Amino acid sequence: MSTLSERILGAPAGAYIDREVDIAFAHDGTGVLAREALREMGVERLPHPERLRLIFDHIVPANTGTTATLQAELREYARSFGIELSDAGGGICHQVMSEGVVRPGMVVVGADSHTCTLGAFGAFATGVGATDMAAIWASGATWFRVPETVAVNLAGRLEGAAEAKDIALAYVAELGMEGATYRALEFVGDGAAGISMDGRLTLSNMAVETGAKAGIFYADAVTVRYLAEHGLMASPQVPEDCCYERTVDIDLADIVPLVAVPHRVDTVREAEEVAGTPLDQVFVGTCTNGRFEDLARFARIIRGKKVAVRTLVVPASRPVLARAIAAGVLADIVDAGCMVAPPGCGPCLGAHAGVLGEGEVCLSTANRNFKNRMGVGGEIYLSSVATAAASALTGEITVPEVV
Amino acid sequence: MQGAGPAICLGNDIDTDIIIAGRYLRTKDRSVWAEHAFEDLDPGLAPRLSGSVIVAGRNMGCGSSREQAVVALREAGVVGVVAPSFARIFFRNAINVGLPVIEAEVSCTDGARVAFDLDAGWVEVDGVRHAARPLSPKMVAILRAGGLVPYWRSCR
Repeated sequence: MSTLSERILGAPAGAYIDREVDIAFAHDGTGVLAREALREMGVERLPHPERLRLIFDHIVPANTGTTATLQAELREYARSFGIELSDAGGGICHQVMSEGVVRPGMVVVGADSHTCTLGAFGAFATGVGATDMAAIWASGATWFRVPETVAVNLAGRLEGAAEAKDIALAYVAELGMEGATYRALEFVGDGAAGISMDGRLTLSNMAVETGAKAGIFYADAVTVRYLAEHGLMASPQVPEDCCYERTVDIDLADIVPLVAVPHRVDTVREAEEVAGTPLDQVFVGTCTNGRFEDLARFARIIRGKKVAVRTLVVPASRPVLARAIAAGVLADIVDAGCMVAPPGCGPCLGAHAGVLGEGEVCLSTANRNFKNRMGVGGEIYLSSVATAAASALTGEITVPEVV
Repeated sequence: MQGAGPAICLGNDIDTDIIIAGRYLRTKDRSVWAEHAFEDLDPGLAPRLSGSVIVAGRNMGCGSSREQAVVALREAGVVGVVAPSFARIFFRNAINVGLPVIEAEVSCTDGARVAFDLDAGWVEVDGVRHAARPLSPKMVAILRAGGLVPYWRSCR
């Protein structure tokens, strides 16, 4: 009896295997280094260009001439090698891959640590570095150590104003920043079935914040329906009895709005405890919480009101943006006084478009609050979308009300 | 494969953002990363890296997959990185760019003499020997070649 990682990789935990990959993608940041490595390796032909993707998301549109030139070189590389390119404005790599590319049972590698996001589909998805990615593009395969698995057992249903992000912060706090290093997480239990696809992507996204290699849901009726809407056929995956190294039990009814405080993602407080903390910026978006459901929830709370603090909203992809426009969600966001930036990573990694100044405090829906990440001397608190919305209206960290 | 140098001690959970900040990623000039390594932690650290062995705490290199972090350390002349545990992408990246990484539990004082032997699996701090977790033969072969790119070329 096997864990899902063992089933997909076809070997027991602890084994070192060489495995072909189904999808291998890089973004504008890591793609530049991968391309350099491919050039140094002397690779003139890629065996499976149809399995590869380049996605511009980290600094879009380009902020300097240097960035623009690097992106132009990468664009030309994609064209000449027949690699599908999602250019600036298309969205964040993990979101683009979640909109009709990744299916259950696939082995997916991305040159970005949050590639674990795609485990939400019952795929084995993990992040690698740029040189690893170059070797994968050149050979079509890579080596893995099949991970042991930690189960995150979700029971019951969320209540009140809590949302998937609060579950994510809860399990990261429970496991700690290295609690699952070299391991896979599997999200199981009756509570998993009640979580939407957007919510599952949020939960899988933060697996790497515990050091985990993957964060996997079993594909079920929710997955199959979502993929059908995106033009893909899929079948559910049935869990087997298997031996988990450890099980973390979370009763969803106990989850309340949570906030990770500077400068550790596993230092988590109830929003109540840090309520009143003055804010200079609120940031809603990223591969954690920039999906349609997130924007819609944000809009429901701020609709007809005005934000009291600089608030930046960044849709995770062009389809998310288009849907937010069609549904009137974007109009609510703009009318409330928020800024809307083009789909991409936004200021999450501190490179452009909304970085913090010395001493400034940001409440963000992202996944990392490392010291200085969004700007030297800035402080980052991480929360759910509902907490971000309630806080944007007051200008200080505010516990969201039940909507 | 061996190395030695004076220790530079770092704490637990050193993330790749603090090794090289996001604002320095958009270049192909590797010297930029070496020059700005650890800038937001201690601007005085980068000039001391050449010839040193970094002795870090648990979960070394967590966070972003940015390979610029390990390249920065290699370009700055770091001889090797010792830690009781590494974040997995950092660990793979280090081997892929030819930067020796050694999993071992050692206590650290700045400037202590650190030596390591990857084949034999040990680390010495001021002459006191500690066991290190052995690397797979393939990892050692990649390191010995100077990283995955030269290893790839030698295998063709």
